[in-house]
Amino acid sequence: MSGKATLFTAFLLLAFFACTSKKEAEEKAKKSPTASELAIPQPEVHGTEIKSVELTNPLKSEWVSTGKSIYETKCLACHKLTDERVVGPGWAGVTKKRQPVWIMNMITNVDMMLETDAEAQKMLEECLVRMPNQNVSEEDARKILEFMRSNDGEK
Amino acid sequence: MKHRHLVLFITAALTLPVLLSSPGCKPQNPTSAVEGDAASKVYVAPGKHDEFYNIVSGGFNGQVSVYGIPSGRLFRIIPVFSLNPESGWGFSEETKPMLNTSHGFVPWDDTHHIALSTTNGEHDGRWAFVNGNNTPRIARISLATFRTEEIIEIPNSSGNHSSPFLTENSEYAVAGTRFSYPLDDKESNPDVPISTYKQNFKGTVSFVGIDKETGHMNVAFQVLLPGVNFDLARCGRGPSHDWFFFSCYNTELASTLLEVNASQKDKDFVMAVNWKKCEEYVKAGKGKKSKVRYAHNVFDEKTHTGTSTIKDEVVVLDPNELKDIVYFVPCPKSPHGCDVDPSGEFICASGKLAAVIPVFSFSKMQKAIADKNFEGEFEGIPVLKYDAVLHGEVKKPGLGPLHTEFDGKGFAYTSFFVSSEIVKWDIEKLEVVDRVPTYYSIGHLSVPGGPTRKPHGKYVIAYNKITKDRYLPTGPELTQSAQLYDISGDKMKLLLDFPTTGEPHYAEAIPASLVAPKSVKIFKIEENNHPYVAKGEKEARVFREGNKVHVLMTSIRSHFTPDNIEGVKMGDEVYFHVTNLEQDWDVPHGFAVKGANNAEILIMPGETCTLKWVPDRTGVFPIYCTDFCSALHQEMQGYVRVSPRGSNVPLTYSTGNKAEPTGEAK
Ligand SMILES: [Cu+2]
Repeated sequence: MSGKATLFTAFLLLAFFACTSKKEAEEKAKKSPTASELAIPQPEVHGTEIKSVELTNPLKSEWVSTGKSIYETKCLACHKLTDERVVGPGWAGVTKKRQPVWIMNMITNVDMMLETDAEAQKMLEECLVRMPNQNVSEEDARKILEFMRSNDGEK
Repeated sequence: MKHRHLVLFITAALTLPVLLSSPGCKPQNPTSAVEGDAASKVYVAPGKHDEFYNIVSGGFNGQVSVYGIPSGRLFRIIPVFSLNPESGWGFSEETKPMLNTSHGFVPWDDTHHIALSTTNGEHDGRWAFVNGNNTPRIARISLATFRTEEIIEIPNSSGNHSSPFLTENSEYAVAGTRFSYPLDDKESNPDVPISTYKQNFKGTVSFVGIDKETGHMNVAFQVLLPGVNFDLARCGRGPSHDWFFFSCYNTELASTLLEVNASQKDKDFVMAVNWKKCEEYVKAGKGKKSKVRYAHNVFDEKTHTGTSTIKDEVVVLDPNELKDIVYFVPCPKSPHGCDVDPSGEFICASGKLAAVIPVFSFSKMQKAIADKNFEGEFEGIPVLKYDAVLHGEVKKPGLGPLHTEFDGKGFAYTSFFVSSEIVKWDIEKLEVVDRVPTYYSIGHLSVPGGPTRKPHGKYVIAYNKITKDRYLPTGPELTQSAQLYDISGDKMKLLLDFPTTGEPHYAEAIPASLVAPKSVKIFKIEENNHPYVAKGEKEARVFREGNKVHVLMTSIRSHFTPDNIEGVKMGDEVYFHVTNLEQDWDVPHGFAVKGANNAEILIMPGETCTLKWVPDRTGVFPIYCTDFCSALHQEMQGYVRVSPRGSNVPLTYSTGNKAEPTGEAK
């Protein structure tokens, strides 16, 4: 490397006089945008908050059965249909205890709920596992709700 | 050896005065090369994103790595031709077929060049292609999943170096053989004396077709060529769209001591191939079918499984019969890079041992072909006259030019290996306008969008061969390194050093806005068609097929189902097919079993992966999740009981059964 160093020193002595002024360089630097200006902020996208849910009786049997199959793929690992808690609480009685809007938001908007809703926060303290965002659409959440109602004995 | 050193010395002597008299600020020593504002130009604040993805070949590590530019932060290492125990690539049952070749399972290769897919000559953010040099292969990586989706072996090739450069609309990826070798069309490597090189050794370049929709590759045709060595290549663009240009060395047709014997002639060649014409000849049935054997491996995103197919035929075109598909252009001396400017008119070749950078003109080349302005033939292929096709020479630019990229503003940037520098020159005037030192021995360089019709300019990144004193020492082996330079002004400015894994050869950089929005976050569980998927815990089960035990297992924060398995016996092969039920971004689960002779598997949300385990002793074996997934991650575990061969323990499985206080093994 020492050969290289000598070579460099030689460059510098000669090139020194050709240097543009420091001020000029600074001006130039100011013109090019900084990286943070160019960076694209990318917050994670979640479902929007659900404000109201319409319930009707009798239950839509088609929704109940679709809701059941979504439950079996995406929810059953943590929620039993009884009141037994596994990872999350059992579903028995959930539609009596919680508002439909609360249930729907918990399914589709869990991060928002854990940030803002006192009841949801209390449950996190009990279960110690953040409910996963299972990427359930609003329509599918509604079908799960129908299945929950059926599980709670509604007709 | 002596002779060559002398040549270099003389070239150095001639070049030095040019270097010394060139204008610009020279750094005082390696540590003061950076000016005051550099840090703010590469600082990407916490939570902010980089402007470019830099997709970098990993050289001898067989991988591809992904860095952010300008920060130089490492985001991902993508296993391609290499085993990766971290993710189970090459260890899981689904990925083993991806490393299959006509030579069997080949778990390593040497990756050199990245080519990002383009539409109309501009990056489209769909795929990255990379070559395997040693056992000739091309891989396709999805830029939506950052995973290897396909690997195709190249028949009639040895050392797939000149690869995988793409045509403007990604119609083809090329694969030029580095080593010429004896070929025949009977699916064999003829056993001939090496001394018969000139008679028996042949080269090929292959055109690998790429499906517009799926990206799937097929070896469309090959061109049979004299036994030279192919180095690098670039497609034409715009007016030269139909052409492909390759650099070649060893026109001496030597087989030993190439550093001397392949440096005898003043000029080697740039080879121009009219691929459109080739395509027409193939359609017209003018190709000859050759018996070969090569593997084609495709990973299906829905079954999460790779399949390997062996193919046995390829179409070969012979330019000795089809006279208008290949032309040679004389080029001083052992050219490495062969780079086409954004306009498609100029082809810059870098003779590693030459004292000039010759720049060829495509329109002059076309005229010379029309006028049959040949200086002769080489092995039956016309050689165009040097002066007739030359746009001009950049005189004494530096020592050891390797590779050139462009900024879209009329300037070219060439890396110089021997003199460790980047030289900026004016393409039209052929004058050097700036030079900066690199630390040390730069190979390829990359300008974001540099090999496309519309370069983004802004930065040039140097990929260096030697790191020496740049970082804290780590024994005899040091990390490799890249260096980022600002090229937005008249003068290049060093901004940042960052370490890289493997030995980075070529790389491309692409605006984040072309890649990030398409990024896949999860695999949808509904679309999982793996033959052993368990879509939900209800489908989890264990069953026996002879001595094979299949475990369809699910994972979710924070347990496996089933987590207690009994009835496995010595001599059984156990297949854990683990489905990750999560549908949340960035929540993989891992799976490992004590004493397994392979690796773990890392299962992405919605995916199924299979780990094969052949127990080597009886007893109870723990299984657990290796990827910290939740506060109860440590509790994500279970047991598998292995009984002696012939014992009558029934195959049972469960989750959540309370332990019996008096339970007794039977
Ligand atoms: Cu886990």
